[in-house]
Amino acid sequence: MRVAGPRGNLGVMRNYAELPGLMTLMTGDEKHGPSATSTLDVLWVLYDQILRVSPGSLDDPGRDRFLLSKGHGPAAYYAVLAAKEFIPEAWLPDFGSVSSPLGYHPDRSLVPGVEISSGSLGHGLPIGVGLAHGLLAQGLAGPRVYVLVGDAELDEGSNSEAIVYAGAAGLPNLTVVAVDNRSSSWGWGPGGIEAHFAVAGWSATRVSGRDHDALASAFLVTSAGASDSASGGPQLVVAEVEGKE
Amino acid sequence: MTDMRTVFAETTSALLTEDPLTAVVLAEISADMFAKDLARHPDRVLNVGIREQLMVSVAGGLALAGMRPIVHTYAPFLVERAYEQVKLDLGHQDAHAVLVSIGASYDGATAGRTHQAPEDVALMDSVPGFSVLVPGHPDEVPGLLRSAVGALGSGSSYLRLSSVRNAQARPVSSRLQVARTGRRAVVVAVGPMLSPVLEAVGDLDVTVAYATTVRPFDAAGLLSLEASGAVVLAEPYLAGTSAFAVSAALTSRPHRLLSLGVPRTELRRYGTPADHAAAHGLDPAGIRRSVTRFLGLT
Repeated sequence: MRVAGPRGNLGVMRNYAELPGLMTLMTGDEKHGPSATSTLDVLWVLYDQILRVSPGSLDDPGRDRFLLSKGHGPAAYYAVLAAKEFIPEAWLPDFGSVSSPLGYHPDRSLVPGVEISSGSLGHGLPIGVGLAHGLLAQGLAGPRVYVLVGDAELDEGSNSEAIVYAGAAGLPNLTVVAVDNRSSSWGWGPGGIEAHFAVAGWSATRVSGRDHDALASAFLVTSAGASDSASGGPQLVVAEVEGKE
Repeated sequence: MTDMRTVFAETTSALLTEDPLTAVVLAEISADMFAKDLARHPDRVLNVGIREQLMVSVAGGLALAGMRPIVHTYAPFLVERAYEQVKLDLGHQDAHAVLVSIGASYDGATAGRTHQAPEDVALMDSVPGFSVLVPGHPDEVPGLLRSAVGALGSGSSYLRLSSVRNAQARPVSSRLQVARTGRRAVVVAVGPMLSPVLEAVGDLDVTVAYATTVRPFDAAGLLSLEASGAVVLAEPYLAGTSAFAVSAALTSRPHRLLSLGVPRTELRRYGTPADHAAAHGLDPAGIRRSVTRFLGLT
């Protein structure tokens, strides 16, 4: 097992345009299909503009928590973590090898900045509910918990338990971003994903999952608690991206 | 006399007061017993409704936030219904919690199979990092619960409460405790099996060792007691659950092992826990029959 070497990439902070190149280090493909990059823009906007967490604050109780619940296809996640210097770029080409900390599903005990180990669907949001409670119980009202789920991941019934409970409990420090590429076989009906959250008491908004300004605005509204939710309860951002090929 | 569940609730209430990082997660079961605590500590005594998956995952999240969660419901709903949550959201995340069940094996005899989980210890034993604690008397519960909560920095625990109890409490220890000595065999009696075992072997020349901590199993203790080559394991849950642990402890010596416990067949009968114990050969008469046959005394 390789241990974390010197972090950072020679002091060169990467920008968005370089993410495909970082993903190529893992996949070997010059081009990445929509399903491989469905989360890329959401992840970039979160780490670039929203999350109050850095490689130097990984043990800070007051940091924001980002939980990648949809642990499948983590190349975009690792690319963003490398771009933001949580992990060395040198880790990327080894992706999935026996000596690499980077697997096809992330392991929090192996990768700096990864808050939960994920892969099996429907675990991140329920964990996020407990994390949000745990922060509030310690008087940590500042940090938010952000959970990224996929639209098909919401098929898992464990999410329904968490959606109803978190809405009723009015958790004010929890944001779910649902990347919607319409991959759920049975879908979410006429009102979409947001209808199911809204009826449980969440405030919900839908934006383009490729529009950085729209994503940032949606997240900033939620993190300021200044949404149209009178309760100040949990927040859903549906990030719509093109369907799977 | 106060039962294990009540003692658990009282001790947990004290822990909540003593330590602001202690938390409790419930799924309706026993919520009435924690009503005062829910009112006193609404931010860390959480009843999530009839949602066992969420209950376990919330405990994982609380632990990741630095809290010390105690999770409690009926055994089959705690261990079996939310098993992947136990495996991933506690075990795999390396997030520690104390899981406390009621309704051990056939405590819920009238309730039927849906409310019975004699497989609980075997399942919990399959998740790395869990200690398994099986008190045999209500007075043993506070010490075991406190040690489990105190150990949360290093691992999780499963505390298995039962309505079946021994005649007397014993000092809590993580090691095997010798209840009586003899030469023909070592009988390891787990939790509430101690009283029926002692009654069963009253006039037999055997050692009886009492275990309340079954994981980690006290291998060194068994090795030091065993001298005859014959070991009897009397467990109040699935028969043979600790057989491999006994085998591992005695790898260096020839030995025979008799594993007593709840069989893998489903008993489609209601009645009382005593009825079920008798049906499974776990009452004093049944244990005596098995042990005397094993030792060639009949």
